[in-house]
Amino acid sequence: MNILVCISHVPDTTSKINFTDNNTAFDTNGIQFVINPYDEFGLTKALMLKEANGGSVTVLNVGPASTEPTIRKALAIGADNAIRVNAEATDAFYVASQIAAIAKQNNYDLIICGQESIDYNGGQVAGMVAALCGMPFVNVCIGLDVDGSNATILREIDGGKEELKAALPVVVGGKKGLVEEKDLRIPNMRGIMMARQKPLQVVEPVDAEKRTAAVSYEKPAAKAAVRMVDKDNVAELVELLHNEAKAI
Amino acid sequence: MSVLVYAENWGGAFKKSSFEAVGYAAQVAKSKGTETIAVCLGNANGDELAQHGADKTIVVAGVESFNAQQYAAIISEVANGVGADVIVMSGSNNGKNLAPALSVHFEAALMTNVVALPSSVEPLTVRRGVFSSKGFAEFSSNSSKTVISITPNAIGLLGEPVSGSTESSSANAEADMEVSNVEKASGKIPLPEAELVISAGRGLKGPENWTMVEDLAELLGAGTACSKPVSDIGWRPHSEHVGQTGIQINPNLYIAIGISGAIQHLAGVNGSKTIVVINIDPEAPFFKAADYGIVGDAFEVVPKLTEAIKAFKANS
Repeated sequence: MNILVCISHVPDTTSKINFTDNNTAFDTNGIQFVINPYDEFGLTKALMLKEANGGSVTVLNVGPASTEPTIRKALAIGADNAIRVNAEATDAFYVASQIAAIAKQNNYDLIICGQESIDYNGGQVAGMVAALCGMPFVNVCIGLDVDGSNATILREIDGGKEELKAALPVVVGGKKGLVEEKDLRIPNMRGIMMARQKPLQVVEPVDAEKRTAAVSYEKPAAKAAVRMVDKDNVAELVELLHNEAKAI
Repeated sequence: MSVLVYAENWGGAFKKSSFEAVGYAAQVAKSKGTETIAVCLGNANGDELAQHGADKTIVVAGVESFNAQQYAAIISEVANGVGADVIVMSGSNNGKNLAPALSVHFEAALMTNVVALPSSVEPLTVRRGVFSSKGFAEFSSNSSKTVISITPNAIGLLGEPVSGSTESSSANAEADMEVSNVEKASGKIPLPEAELVISAGRGLKGPENWTMVEDLAELLGAGTACSKPVSDIGWRPHSEHVGQTGIQINPNLYIAIGISGAIQHLAGVNGSKTIVVINIDPEAPFFKAADYGIVGDAFEVVPKLTEAIKAFKANS
């Protein structure tokens, strides 16, 4: 199986978020960047499928040269080769168009993305790639099995789970459940050494529309100080929730 | 250029998220000086949507279960047929599958995670939650057409009743996948829709201690949630994990019991209107993010809280 795993380069989950340039840009000062956690499930899943079925795993990132350490980490985890499209990933349709262009030049059986990236929470790219390539698409994907040229896919639905069957190739947007947290692959010394030899091909972007633009950013309004209630007087909390917060 | 709203239905029944989308669409249509048209797939009653502002409802028959590309093709065709340049929808689980496919079929810009009415209509500019609820961004559409997917429960019901009409149509796009099984967690309130959520974490020491959480939730008609550690060790199902890499929720009330309040957990619950924290540790970081707090042993405080709420309900 030839599997394409799309990864995003994002601030790590503990990052303090600040904006700069008069609130028109995200402040990257002091930020640690990592593989988008949702994408990590997809990467491990792809490696498991490759081990069971043979083939290769390609990771793809749309980003400037600063994303390469993140791409190398994916290679260290076990991907066979990587492609970086040399462009800023500012608009989802633009990014999806880059991925679709590469997908159309190759015969991938499966394209795995994360459900969303933890920076923009768009959840847009995977589905756009599927529509641009004319492939079935499942988002919020919590399970995937492949049998020959068919896939059985599990997704979360409101209040439950739904199982689908589709012929490959398909595109999924994965999350925890696609693999269990405890089964996530991490780079070991050997992987890190080998990653240096694995191909990381840089390609220029194709022309594509940027359909949206971020105009300004804002942090949430600071909350007022917490109102503490004595543990022996919980009735006071109930009264506050009803009269003040109007929550019950 | 009308505003089309995709109103999701479940076997003909609408949920609050559908009405929320219709109300939002009606407000956008008002600011554009145009009409609000709703589209439903499967058998649904347009009168209910007229209550929330749909001037017309188009009901598309002949569609079975949800399929992203199929629904995207159908809705896009309806939108073009009525000359809509904006499609509004809800970011439900199906919505997360539909929105990106729909934007491509409709050749439109896509805004997801939208939490407010547009700040401008020309160009269409909306506020989105970003950085896992640690920030907001105003995004503008560069395209002549836009799909707006709103975060369930973040905006509320904005629609007003109008006299609406209903029209029928039929589908002519095929599904590209087959649904082989559906499993419903019966009786549980899905977290993305829950207006009240009771959540608990490692402070409860073991899965056998969750009964008091479930009792309180049942009393309040609340959904139940949990922190990542207890979901990872299997005390609670994955579907209850709220946090940066779990579900992000926007309830009116979030009560957190025995949860310390790590940044990643806050990222999932920052959208809550009121946060109550119950923790034995006065230094728990969650108190800094809370509206109300009680320092105490959960095993004493939660039963007392449940009794106090019962008393309150009995007297009101």
